[in-house]
Amino acid sequence: MPFSLKSPVPSIDPVGLEERASRFTKRSLKGESKISGLKLAVSMIDLTTLEGADTKGKVSHLCQKARMPMPERYDCPPCAAVCVYPNLVEHAVKELEGSGIPVASVATGFPSGQYPLDIRLDDVKAAVAAGAAEIDMVISRGAFLEGDLARVSDEISQVKEACENAHLKVIFETGELQTYDNVRLVSQLAIEAGADFIKTSTGKVSPAATIPVTLILLETVRDHFFSTGKKIGVKPAGGIKTAKQALQYLVMVKETLGEEWLSPELFRFGASSLLSDIELQLGKIADGNYQCADYFSLG
Amino acid sequence: MAKSKKKKSKSPVTLDFAPAPESTPVPLRKQYDLFIDGDFVAPSGGSYFRSVNPATGKPLARIAKAEDADVDAAVKAAREAYENGWQPMPSLERGKYLFRIARLIQEKSRELAILESMDGGKPIRESRDFDLPLVAAHFFHYAGWADKLSYAFPGKNPKSVGVAGQVIPWNFPLLMAAWKIAPALACGNTVVLKPAETTSITAMHLAEIFQEAGLPPGVVNIVTGAGDTGAALIEHEGIDKIAFTGSTSVGKKIAESVAGTRKKLTLELGGKAANIVFDDAPIEEAVEGVINGIFFNQGHVCCAGSRLLVQESIHDEFVARLKRRIDTLIVGDPLDKNTDIGAINSKAQLKRVQKLVDSGIAEGAEFYEPKCPLPENGFWFRPSLFTNVSASHSVAKEEIFGPVLSVMTFRTPAEAVQRANNTCYGLSAGIWTDKGSKILAMADQLKAGVVWANTYNKFDPASPFGGYKESGFGREGGLHGLLPYVSL
Repeated sequence: MPFSLKSPVPSIDPVGLEERASRFTKRSLKGESKISGLKLAVSMIDLTTLEGADTKGKVSHLCQKARMPMPERYDCPPCAAVCVYPNLVEHAVKELEGSGIPVASVATGFPSGQYPLDIRLDDVKAAVAAGAAEIDMVISRGAFLEGDLARVSDEISQVKEACENAHLKVIFETGELQTYDNVRLVSQLAIEAGADFIKTSTGKVSPAATIPVTLILLETVRDHFFSTGKKIGVKPAGGIKTAKQALQYLVMVKETLGEEWLSPELFRFGASSLLSDIELQLGKIADGNYQCADYFSLG
Repeated sequence: MAKSKKKKSKSPVTLDFAPAPESTPVPLRKQYDLFIDGDFVAPSGGSYFRSVNPATGKPLARIAKAEDADVDAAVKAAREAYENGWQPMPSLERGKYLFRIARLIQEKSRELAILESMDGGKPIRESRDFDLPLVAAHFFHYAGWADKLSYAFPGKNPKSVGVAGQVIPWNFPLLMAAWKIAPALACGNTVVLKPAETTSITAMHLAEIFQEAGLPPGVVNIVTGAGDTGAALIEHEGIDKIAFTGSTSVGKKIAESVAGTRKKLTLELGGKAANIVFDDAPIEEAVEGVINGIFFNQGHVCCAGSRLLVQESIHDEFVARLKRRIDTLIVGDPLDKNTDIGAINSKAQLKRVQKLVDSGIAEGAEFYEPKCPLPENGFWFRPSLFTNVSASHSVAKEEIFGPVLSVMTFRTPAEAVQRANNTCYGLSAGIWTDKGSKILAMADQLKAGVVWANTYNKFDPASPFGGYKESGFGREGGLHGLLPYVSL
């Protein structure tokens, strides 16, 4: 199938990529920079619950947590967004009223995307109609692996249209695409097809986000910025569980894309358990010792 | 560095790295004596010189200056140990000593890494993650060979050579000591080692490890001093084998003085390696590899990829990427864990680098350096690059041995080979392309001892290292590294 991208897609050398990625894990953040880094990370979290067992009650808890992750004295910012299944968007919007925190919804037959396109588009429209300000779509990995890039690109464009004013995050599920070259290719493709954000994973497949894979996304975004001046966001999701990991990602963002991307508008974490570990660390810094997890409220 | 809390509208934090220095409760002595016949002894002339911390310009310790009489005593001790202890010892036993030394190095690797960074100026990230692990690995590797020499040279009867005189440079002080000492001892030789004048401290701590390992007295002797001490060692009649790593000009003098004697000689000298980047290279990793190839250890690396040959069609884009990456490098305190580029090893070396850079600018090459601040005291040079370089410029021909890259272009693989080989050196080269067949074809034609493909500055004790042409002769590392220390 003839399909061409506007920008070239350079090949990736896995050894070199992983070596570069490991360098970010060796930076040392201390004192004030650690505190501001951890708070920044909180403000970038798309606090997420994506379970079959999700209920309105569970989403209410999550929304409260996103509004005020920690007691006031810790001066901890709210999360970037709350991310739920389409069915719970309306409830989440109600719970977050007045907070300014947007509701993100997964859509397009999340997590597999193996549904007819019109159903997937209706999925998006319903979520947007229910009040979702951000849509996290999944690409058709099957089509990508078949080599039908035109279809993948076309679907993204159509979803973008269905989003209207909602922000579009495109999930690749890099754990299923497997090779770094595939990740670079799909990143460029999604950006050219209209993604506002590119996102590594659904969180339902292992491995989810890794530092090398996220580095490829960041590099693609950087190259796109230098050739067009357009800024695209990046969202690693799944597998980021500790404050230490979050800081390593932030170091990578800073050193690859610069300080401008150190903002929730251009970088997000898709995570659920990460917040608890950051709370633990912020609590330790503020109070001088680690508290038992019982002292921190559940989401 | 400053803990700024600038509130920009879009970016609330800057995520500056606060200083993260290694704590330094290391056993740095005020004074280091000579290590002869298993003991630390004062130099016969009673004189000492200062070893300076290049990151501050302040003296760290006093180092003994070995006189001819001290060198003589060291060689005699090595001869005595060779005849009556080390050489007759069963090879299995010799191997045990080497294993013991390797383990002690691992145990003390943190303090040795800190000392190495304090004395030499290299970033702690490198001394901790590169130098020290490799030092231990070399001893482990050759410890394994000690009782298996007959397998290394099947059908032959490898015998030790005698007393080895070894002179090492200041860029990888401990690592070069390990490269020299480990194979010599494994083959049953004894050693007199002369570390570089500016970086003697860790060698003396290595001597303490030899004592702790119970290495018989005289098997390794360490004499410190400047060039004349090295000359006295090399010209000494009691030496059977000379191993030298350092500059090509000194190497030539050594070869002259050794000519017509029975002494075996290996030389590992300078380089001006070509790093060749094709238009089909994994570009992001190539940028990283070129940066690592030239700025590793402030460019104080004989195999540094100091000539970048980039395919003309991607020259502008590649140089733009290199400049962006250079702008993000952190130059500063070698003991800070976040430092990418440390201090230039000595005032003299800083002068040499500056002189060559000045000549490059005068000859018309375009100079680029980042705006990063440099510490006030000590010896510093920003990571930098020259574009618009022609093959006749001195920055394209001479070894700068500093953090300065010269960028040139080529059109075809054949031209790349021609340009890469157009140098009096031949130590190493790099190839960057996604095409395997191109790597093999290029590597076949490059006149360089080591050719790296899609990576750079990778070392392993099992892999031989050494040069073509004026980069020297003889190999160190691996099975090949045994050869200079045996007679067959």
